[in-house]
Amino acid sequence: MRLARFLGYRLLLAIPVVLGIVVLNFFLIHLAPGDAASVLAGESGAASPEYMEQLRHKFGLDRPLATQFGVYLLNMLHLDLGYSFRNDSPVGSLIVDRLWPTGLLMLTAFAAALLIGTLLGLVAATGRNSWRDAVISLVSLVAYATPGFWLGLMMIVVFAIRLGWLPTSGYDTVGADNEGWDEVWDVGRHLVMPAVALALFYLAVYARVMRASVLEQIGMDYVTTARAKGQTEARVMVGHVLRNALLPVVTMAGVQAGNLIGGSIVVETVFGWPGVGTLAFNALQSRDLNLLLGIFFVSACLVVVINLAVDLVYVCLDPRMEL
Amino acid sequence: MSDAVLEIEKLTITLPPGADRPNAVTDLDLVLRPGAVTCLIGESGSGKSMVARAILGLLPGPRVRVAGGRIQFEGADLAAITARQMRKVRGARIAMIFQEPMTALNPLHTIGRQIDEVLRIHTTLGRADRRARILALLASVHLPDPIRLLRSYPHQLSGGQRQRAMIAMALALSPRLLIADEPTTALDVTTQAQILSLIRDLQREHGTSVLFITHDFGVVADIADTVAVLQKGVLVEQGPKASVLGAPKHPYTRALIAAVPKLVPPPRRAASTAPLVVEAKQVEKTYGARGLFGSRVTRALDGVDVLLRRGETLGLVGESGSGKSTLARAITRLMPVDGGEILLAGHSVAELSRRQMRPHRRRVQMVFQDPYGSLDPRQRVVDIVAEGPIIHGTEPGIARVQACEMLALVGLDPSAAQRFPHEFSGGQRQRIGIARALAMKPEILVADEPVSALDVSVQAQVLALLADIKARLHLSMLFVTHDLRVALQVCDRIAVMRSGQVVEVAPTAEIFFAPKHPYTEALFAAVPGAQWQEPIPA
Amino acid sequence: MQTALARFASNRLALAGAAVLLGLIALVALTPLLYPGDPFALVGPALQPPGGQFLLGTDTLGRDVAAEIAYGARTSLIIGLSATGAAILLGTLIGGLAGYYRGGVEVALMRLTEFFQTIPAFVLAILIVAILSPSLFSEVVAIAAVSWPGIARLVRGEFVALGGREFVLACDGLGAGDARIVFRHMLPNCTSAIIAVGTLLIGTAVLIEAGLAFLGLGDPNVMSWGLIISSGRAVLRSAWWICAFPGLAILLTVLAINLVGDGLNEVLNPRLRER
Repeated sequence: MRLARFLGYRLLLAIPVVLGIVVLNFFLIHLAPGDAASVLAGESGAASPEYMEQLRHKFGLDRPLATQFGVYLLNMLHLDLGYSFRNDSPVGSLIVDRLWPTGLLMLTAFAAALLIGTLLGLVAATGRNSWRDAVISLVSLVAYATPGFWLGLMMIVVFAIRLGWLPTSGYDTVGADNEGWDEVWDVGRHLVMPAVALALFYLAVYARVMRASVLEQIGMDYVTTARAKGQTEARVMVGHVLRNALLPVVTMAGVQAGNLIGGSIVVETVFGWPGVGTLAFNALQSRDLNLLLGIFFVSACLVVVINLAVDLVYVCLDPRMEL
Repeated sequence: MSDAVLEIEKLTITLPPGADRPNAVTDLDLVLRPGAVTCLIGESGSGKSMVARAILGLLPGPRVRVAGGRIQFEGADLAAITARQMRKVRGARIAMIFQEPMTALNPLHTIGRQIDEVLRIHTTLGRADRRARILALLASVHLPDPIRLLRSYPHQLSGGQRQRAMIAMALALSPRLLIADEPTTALDVTTQAQILSLIRDLQREHGTSVLFITHDFGVVADIADTVAVLQKGVLVEQGPKASVLGAPKHPYTRALIAAVPKLVPPPRRAASTAPLVVEAKQVEKTYGARGLFGSRVTRALDGVDVLLRRGETLGLVGESGSGKSTLARAITRLMPVDGGEILLAGHSVAELSRRQMRPHRRRVQMVFQDPYGSLDPRQRVVDIVAEGPIIHGTEPGIARVQACEMLALVGLDPSAAQRFPHEFSGGQRQRIGIARALAMKPEILVADEPVSALDVSVQAQVLALLADIKARLHLSMLFVTHDLRVALQVCDRIAVMRSGQVVEVAPTAEIFFAPKHPYTEALFAAVPGAQWQEPIPA
Repeated sequence: MQTALARFASNRLALAGAAVLLGLIALVALTPLLYPGDPFALVGPALQPPGGQFLLGTDTLGRDVAAEIAYGARTSLIIGLSATGAAILLGTLIGGLAGYYRGGVEVALMRLTEFFQTIPAFVLAILIVAILSPSLFSEVVAIAAVSWPGIARLVRGEFVALGGREFVLACDGLGAGDARIVFRHMLPNCTSAIIAVGTLLIGTAVLIEAGLAFLGLGDPNVMSWGLIISSGRAVLRSAWWICAFPGLAILLTVLAINLVGDGLNEVLNPRLRER
């Protein structure tokens, strides 16, 4: 019951955020030099004059700004994100086609970064100022400073080109018509490097946050109480400290979700991964602003959904959260 | 000797380099007898908490450790046993309760689960048996509705209830020794009285020995059988309560006892007819939290009337949440009020904006409670004190000279002027705060718990300073405190507050000997050490 | 001040970071001397491996990779510092207003901040640069636009905490106006936190700038590390050094910045929160 109320409340809060994204999009369109219609139609010359007229009429570019916004909003709510001329396809379906590879990549990277990062943070904190703390902290520092796209390129050089262990790019082996587990294995092999390139930075973030959080919790009074009851160190760590320490990490995970999407653009480009990221890159090359805006809208909405899920997890973990 | 429950011999606990002394505790000898309550009393930094923790091997960090001595318990030296053996002792043979029950309980576990943990570690009882045991324990500490409490989380309980739960958890396995580290310091006076009597009752029932750490002689008077006095890590006096409190031998003990304000009201005086300097009528202040699913409105001040006459000290006394601090801040116009009238020397200030209030600021100044938070850490002392006059137009050079005079008035060295707050002790910082208030040459001084955060010996000095200044500068004072002893010593009249209302107002002597309201009676009765007779000065 | 410097110096990692940064600044200052001329100019045969005349080799068109990296350093520093400076100004303003005035102002401004923190930062940055046309200016605007929320949250948190501290209340009691309280009391007590976070922000700015340049959104007239890497992508098999060295430069620079930032955090923050 409490959960349902919470969900309803948060959904209500999400509405102004989505509205805000639409407003932002609208603002960006009008920020661009030139006619809004030419912006929305992509690079001038790619669209036919009739289509441009259609656009102008559709968006009411001769009407006051407020009306324009109203029309734009309505379109967005109908999930009409426009048409991409370069790709000869509605923006909406372009994005939907690419969602699965990007989703797979992001999920894998996120899960790996969260699980391994949190574990490393815990290990570092419990062995504070020792060997393993120093090593993990150093690795985190370096990972935090490494540009994901460069890491990807270097991994290609080492693992694909020099050692030949992994494929250089793509989603699966072109031409090979794999089925079932063979396909899974093939995709898996292609997934390894992009996922690592994307995950490493966030792994460092989670490791750092987790370490700091665990250290903070260890100094708390309730830990002394648990020890005073005769509890073993291991149980104190797992039963008491861990859950309390995870709370800030969960919060951070929500915040980082948006950045993960951004990171996937460069990583997908480097690895030729056929996802939304490569789509965005192509849109950049061809200055297809409308497609870019559509991608922005979809990814922003995705982040809102992810944040909702993260909030849900947080509420389940922390009984102090009142509505 | 052989019937001792715990014997500490020559215990020495080291501190990390850079601390104010090399050892937290040096060569401590202490014997705890079966069924007896031993109070270990000392000021802050005396090392008393360290002793408690050392017994169970809970000293913080590798650099704070037992460097010498033995702790004999049930045939073993606790300072030398293995971690595994220690774990068997903790919670089962020796249990500990702490000062802050909110932070001492895991916020994410239910009360039931936390008590259950003790049983699971040390017994092989089945689930149903454990549940039954926990319910019985919760009932034994007089917690209402134990079944609901099993599933409750710490934040859903009050401070007193949390402490009762901790006591239940500690006594779950009937340990031989209970270590209580300032368990009532963070509680209200009435709650404190209840918890103290609970500990006494349970202790008698189970025959547990208790090592009770405290800084409050009143508590010692109420609960102790034996008293040990600790000064900077050294045990200076030890013995039965009657002799340590009645005829203290060591000068430190004597000084400490002398510094405790006596629960003796001043002689009756004729009612003052001086003009009113503060008149507060029907003051209201509400804090609202109007969430989407209903409103949670707190009436911090619910139609309060207060009068202060020139030259007198009015005490605002009450427990936490009574509204006394809120009233003090309302009168000083440090917060806006939602209703009512406030007259300072005849001028109505309740409705003024901040800008309009500025010229009136000279009339009333406040001294705050927290010596660590009431001074800007980035400002030099002279600037802190001179800031008020500078804002009101005094030339900075002159203001600084006057500030130095103020510092001398409050008993600080002139060299203090160029230093920063963090270089001073708590008592000295309070003096700086007083100097800052006096620099504005106010008619009215509002002191919001000015000595609550100070050790008892420093407290006495600051109270003496305030009395001296008040007399010299002909000030009127509003004194907010939760400590009735201090109120009796300092105030001419006392106003007792509860839940945002003034319950009773009367001259001090009258309110002590003949309180009219039952709450006032209960409040005075709850003061620890109320029965304690003063020692004859040697 | 003396002790702060000494404590910073005792942190070896932070010291190493500071040394690297000083070296970087020296490089930027000396670049016109070390590598005179236009880094875009063709100075040798294409795709020369590192060693010999060209310490780090040449790229696909015959440009000196070392010169490119040296000039790229300047770009990274300029953009990193400007964008962070702008983010700090904007973030402090918004966070300060929210934290000081509380109430409706706080709610509105914090919602705005949360909004900007939620939306995917890099995607927004790309959009802004694409729309404003790639240039140094648009990059600075874009990076600042996605970096300010962190500072805003920090400053608002600090102001809320400080507002409850009794010394601020005391200033109110002395009759101080808003301006005095904010500028003389609250902001000075925030600077250490802002500096520590701001330093880490510079590192993030450099990373974002590199990403933008890699995607072709850098200022076309200016050399940038990300640009070099993207130009070397096509010949990754044969001329790995074109991608490797600029990336290494990015890594070392951001690492140094982060080490210094961490060191500053340790030194500045505990002292003023003393008990």
